[in-house]
Amino acid sequence: MTLPTGVTRREVDGDQGLATRGEPVYGEPTEDGWRRWDRSRSKLAVLLGRGVDTGLTADSTVLYLGAASGTTVSHVADVAGPTYAVEFAPRPMRDLVDVATARPNLFPLLKDARAPERYAHVVEPVDLIVQDVAIRGQGEVAVANRQFLREDGRLVAAIKARSEDVTRDPSAVFEDVLDTIGEAYEIRHRERLEPFHEDHLGVVAEPK
Amino acid sequence: MSDDPPTETGWFDGVESGDVDVGVEAVRSGASGQVREWPAVAVDAGFAADESAYYEQLHEITVTAAREAVRRREGADDQQLIHGIRTLDDCLRLANELTERVAEWAGSRDPDAAVDTAYIERLADREPSDPIEERLVSLAERIRGLQSEAAAVRAFVEQSAHAVAPNLTAMAGPELAARLIALAGGLEELAKKPAGTVQVLGAEDALFAHLRGGAPSPKHGVIYTHEYVRGTAPANRGSAARALSGKLAIAARIDHYSGEYRPEIEAELDDRIERIRARGEV
Repeated sequence: MTLPTGVTRREVDGDQGLATRGEPVYGEPTEDGWRRWDRSRSKLAVLLGRGVDTGLTADSTVLYLGAASGTTVSHVADVAGPTYAVEFAPRPMRDLVDVATARPNLFPLLKDARAPERYAHVVEPVDLIVQDVAIRGQGEVAVANRQFLREDGRLVAAIKARSEDVTRDPSAVFEDVLDTIGEAYEIRHRERLEPFHEDHLGVVAEPK
Repeated sequence: MSDDPPTETGWFDGVESGDVDVGVEAVRSGASGQVREWPAVAVDAGFAADESAYYEQLHEITVTAAREAVRRREGADDQQLIHGIRTLDDCLRLANELTERVAEWAGSRDPDAAVDTAYIERLADREPSDPIEERLVSLAERIRGLQSEAAAVRAFVEQSAHAVAPNLTAMAGPELAARLIALAGGLEELAKKPAGTVQVLGAEDALFAHLRGGAPSPKHGVIYTHEYVRGTAPANRGSAARALSGKLAIAARIDHYSGEYRPEIEAELDDRIERIRARGEV
């Protein structure tokens, strides 16, 4: 699997890794206009770095759920087309607004990913949903947002076991979440994101 | 607004092209029961000349809406929360002091007078029959007003604490969270305090008595009001207070530096307290 156009593997500041072109956001090292996409801060970067086909391309329309301060979504918007970034918490949104100001194709939305009708009047059908919401009910969030995905689109989700139940075995939590996601999607790929993100599962799925 | 059934129109429906304020409100409070190709719909409807003009407006409006929402939250920031919790304490203290004063005065004339809310309620509803009773009834009305104000301020504190410090509030409850922030002087100040300081916030008198020598070190300050300290056997209370303050300090740091709600900290604390309380039990 080759990397999407706009993402490259190169040396930035002495370290080999993924990089995109854009305004720096979180103090990441840059070189010749390329900003390093730090895989220990971005679950999507881990998947891309390992050659997983995420469906991210240069002309993708993207819905990003759980954008937080905008670390990952800034790289996505560097690469992709219109990118809708949903985040529920006001404090990280403050940082996300700055990230979006410098990126005309990034649209920040202070909304709850569990209530998609509250942003369905803004978000158009998309080619890719990236989900990274650290809340209980991650499977339900993926199912509820299925309506935004085109028939040939793709869901890339980072499932955090501790958000569902901190006391249960992560593998058991992942099975439950995957069962829920399976109600609306075909699971195409799954892999644990260790050592960069502990107790996280990366999932790629296509709509049923 | 938020209670309307979702329509199937885009945010730009009924918005004049270029009218940012109305657009911001539409993005903020609107909803739709259906996802549609909004850029194309907007161009067809004449809202924008082409899709890139549509995206340009959408960008300005979503960024403005998000920035304003963040600014509104600043209105509920830690300094406002500190005013809130101090006002709550003042309202309750004044209501109590006045209740005692009125009960004492009324007791000189009325054998039923008692220092309690029920008596003040009855007194406030009474029709005064002489100039002294006029004063007593009027005071009772003011006490009732203070109490209802205290309830409203408490509701503000609860709501504001969740917005300002979600992790700290989840663990400590809104009132204790607000008290800790007030004692430290702000969320940032609290986030920068070591756990050992958080443990004795509010016990400054005891702490300085200890530092001057002679007195034992205080085991807990205002966190004593937390069930995990108060509900633990006295012999283990110091341990419980240490465990609790450690997690509260972490929660305050997450709230200040990230703002993301992280339930696992709370679960770790539950676990730790369970083990502390199990000591000595057979």
